[in-house]
Amino acid sequence: MPVSSSPPPILDSSLCRLLFLGSRDSSTMRKCLWLWGLLFIALGFAWSITAERNPRTERISGSAGDVLEDDPVGRLKVYVYELPSKYNKKILQKDPRCLSHMFAAEIFMHRFLLSSPVRTLNPEEADWFYTPIYATCDLTPTGLPLPFKSPRMVRSAIQLISSSWPYWNRTEGADHFFVVPHDFGACFHYQEEKAIERGILPSLRRATLVQTFGQRNHVCLNEGSITIPPYAPPQKMQARQIPPDTPRSIFVYFRGLFYDVNNDPEGGYYARGARAAVWENFKSNPLFDISTEHPTTYYEDMQRAIFCLCPLGWAPWSPRLVEAVVFGCIPVIIADDIVLPFADAIPWEEIGVFVAEEDVPKLDKILTSIPPHVILRKQRLLANPSMKRAMLFPQPTLPGDAFHQILNGLARKLPHPKSVYLKPGEKILNWTAGPITDLKPW
Amino acid sequence: MKLSALQQSYLGRRSNSFRSSGPLDSSSDGAFKSPAAVFWLVLHGLSCLISLLLGFRFSRLVFLLLSTSSTYTSPFHSPTELAKTLDIRSVIPADPVGNVPLPFPNKTATNSRVVVGRHGIRIRPWPHPNPVEVMKAHRIIERVQTEQRLQFGVKDPRKIIVVTPTYVRTFQSLHLTGVMHSLMLVPYDLVWIVVEAGGVSNETASLIAKSGLRIIHVGFSQRMPNSWDERHKLETKMRLRGLRIVREKILDGIVIFADDSNMHSMELFDEIQNAKWFGAVSVGILANSANIDETVVEKRGEEENPRMPVQGPACNVSNMLAGWHTFNTLPFAGKSAVYIDDRATVLPRKLEWSGFVLNSRLLWKDGDKPEWMKDIDTLDGDIESPLDLVKDPSVVEPLGSCGRRVLLWWLRVEARADSKFPPRWIIDPPLEVTVPSKRTPWPDTPPELPSHKKPVIGIQEPIIKHTTKTRTSRSKRRSKRKHDETRTDRRTTGFDKTLQN
Repeated sequence: MPVSSSPPPILDSSLCRLLFLGSRDSSTMRKCLWLWGLLFIALGFAWSITAERNPRTERISGSAGDVLEDDPVGRLKVYVYELPSKYNKKILQKDPRCLSHMFAAEIFMHRFLLSSPVRTLNPEEADWFYTPIYATCDLTPTGLPLPFKSPRMVRSAIQLISSSWPYWNRTEGADHFFVVPHDFGACFHYQEEKAIERGILPSLRRATLVQTFGQRNHVCLNEGSITIPPYAPPQKMQARQIPPDTPRSIFVYFRGLFYDVNNDPEGGYYARGARAAVWENFKSNPLFDISTEHPTTYYEDMQRAIFCLCPLGWAPWSPRLVEAVVFGCIPVIIADDIVLPFADAIPWEEIGVFVAEEDVPKLDKILTSIPPHVILRKQRLLANPSMKRAMLFPQPTLPGDAFHQILNGLARKLPHPKSVYLKPGEKILNWTAGPITDLKPW
Repeated sequence: MKLSALQQSYLGRRSNSFRSSGPLDSSSDGAFKSPAAVFWLVLHGLSCLISLLLGFRFSRLVFLLLSTSSTYTSPFHSPTELAKTLDIRSVIPADPVGNVPLPFPNKTATNSRVVVGRHGIRIRPWPHPNPVEVMKAHRIIERVQTEQRLQFGVKDPRKIIVVTPTYVRTFQSLHLTGVMHSLMLVPYDLVWIVVEAGGVSNETASLIAKSGLRIIHVGFSQRMPNSWDERHKLETKMRLRGLRIVREKILDGIVIFADDSNMHSMELFDEIQNAKWFGAVSVGILANSANIDETVVEKRGEEENPRMPVQGPACNVSNMLAGWHTFNTLPFAGKSAVYIDDRATVLPRKLEWSGFVLNSRLLWKDGDKPEWMKDIDTLDGDIESPLDLVKDPSVVEPLGSCGRRVLLWWLRVEARADSKFPPRWIIDPPLEVTVPSKRTPWPDTPPELPSHKKPVIGIQEPIIKHTTKTRTSRSKRRSKRKHDETRTDRRTTGFDKTLQN
């Protein structure tokens, strides 16, 4: 212990060590207090020195405070409705691919809640109600989900719960939450114009939506929704880690489409022209390792890159963000007005680089003008293990993972304001709104 | 109705990629039976043909004109605007921000800047890398890598002391530049001890001065002999001389022997930091690459991939040193090179010096060093292998995951002992007269092209040899010119007969 000043007269009174109660003399008691004080200061100093020597990570605290590591158990209670298996299990049985595509969060959330300590079997004491519907599990042969039956499915499920339990009608769904990880959330369409036209399903307009889509001032993002990351398989990513001393030698990395030749061959529609702009401006730039290939070393390459581009596609979100965070590559987000996952818990401005779509031609200048200490700080924030855990949906669940972040988000919305409870006979939602096709029973 | 049909056909084109069959489920009723469907098919075909003529998608124009009232934002508001946006890809606009149609505020959203629809692809006027930005990016990459090394790399790296024996010859520049560049990339402190046979020469000094490293350049009085055996012996003596310098100057670090014709990987320098006292790494032997002896190739013909012989430590199952892999000289018995410019395979010694590293404290006169290290002053230069430096070979630490990783490669390639090369590899004054060959692919050029060097195919001697055409200007250059010319003429028979004129 680096105690510099050690006054000799005190040390010989080793009685002092026994909590300074050894002597009644006030002067030696005061001296003992000084000794203890110096000891504590020295300890604190030593602790801070050793702490600074390892600045590999940094604590993350967002706008809601330092909430990434909060434990939701005890802060809320969730009741899981028992729906007939045609809404969940049978769908999954028909197509088990739903467990590994990027919309698998809805299935894993159900499984997590069934065995979580926040689940309660007594609906009277529940704060939140969960309806397990796998709405994104009707897949094409190539694996893409068709959202055309989802509105009817959700509507029929809501009719079921509103008739079998009284809790829906109490608040018209304001204390219920649904997981809708599809492209545009509860608008249930993959094409943005159509999705905007439909808007959020009328029956879900008062409920809390847990969705991957997030864009400010957009119809499909309700006030109070919780944005979550898309599902990315955690085991696959953990299995492809490379030694951390491998030097990061790629400046900017991206693999994916620039032009969607099937649907938008001229460009300009897909990704609002941003991906095409990236290609046209930087295809000859050696700093930008961008191409449309599907290399087998995709994960390893990301771990050797400093910046990873995460531009929008047909929807603004993509699993690239999750992959970039897990592999420590700073995400460069090119999507105007996007709302990133757990935006109140994670300060994305400090972690990633946001580039406006109109600034894409100047992307190289923007990235090289970031001062190195800022880049190192971002890498330290990304290296924080709680950050990586918050982006993943591991099985079995780990503390601080995305499931817990969702529950934390729900807990932060408690207590429900008195206004959500409807007076008897009051009706706010219009059950017959929306296209006629949605009203067909499912 | 018409509108929705067109929309459906447009959407159908998109959703065709999603699924293989079936009309859209959301289509209200299957009311479009034969006559209407045929009509739309014909219209579709017609618009395709017109699009081919015009060069842009005509159906969109029709779509636009028909969609007078829509519930969502119409992406373009005039056909001219449409044409402009479609041309953006082919035309690089004068201003950096391309022509973007003015976005209308979305009626169903509140104050969103972001609009669905067709946007221009923004291309800047000069879409090529800017050298200033590239340099800045490289600085950023360097800074990030330094930080990585600080966090994950070797803690407390020690200085590296490199001992290289060399002598002036044709291929010295080739080999020494390779080693020099490898050493310039090493991220740790470095001292380079260059021991030169035949005394310190300006040639070598100017070559290594370009590196910017800390160099101790000493001369060795003997000249390099012409046979490989003698050369290996002399190199050993030169290395001991280098070790004596370490002792004299009391240098502290890790001593590594980098022969000037070896190839080193950067991981080698990271790995040797783990050596405590005396370490050994695996050396790959590229003995066969230099000269392909036909008989040897035939013997190896049965093997799929002839494995590269590796010299180095051998470990047992518990990763302890159990023995040594050495080079098997039996296949080469009687066929190996004796003199330095022989065309036969050059064989390495049983254990090459370059595979061993030692802590420089082992060489100091006093200080605490293990008792198994022999004093180098007592040795007289006739040591067979580096293991003779220690009394007990079992103390050697195997490095590179117990010898499984090959971190450097050994090869000896030399030109003929009497081969000529220009001093410092500079041709001064530049060559003046060149004669174009009749069979070159480029058109005949006028004869007075200054300093135009022609490459020679198929000759292993240095390039200076073929320029015997320049008889006039080079008469003062060398004494043995006539001798060279006759030799060159023999060799250029395969190249072009007309050159002999």
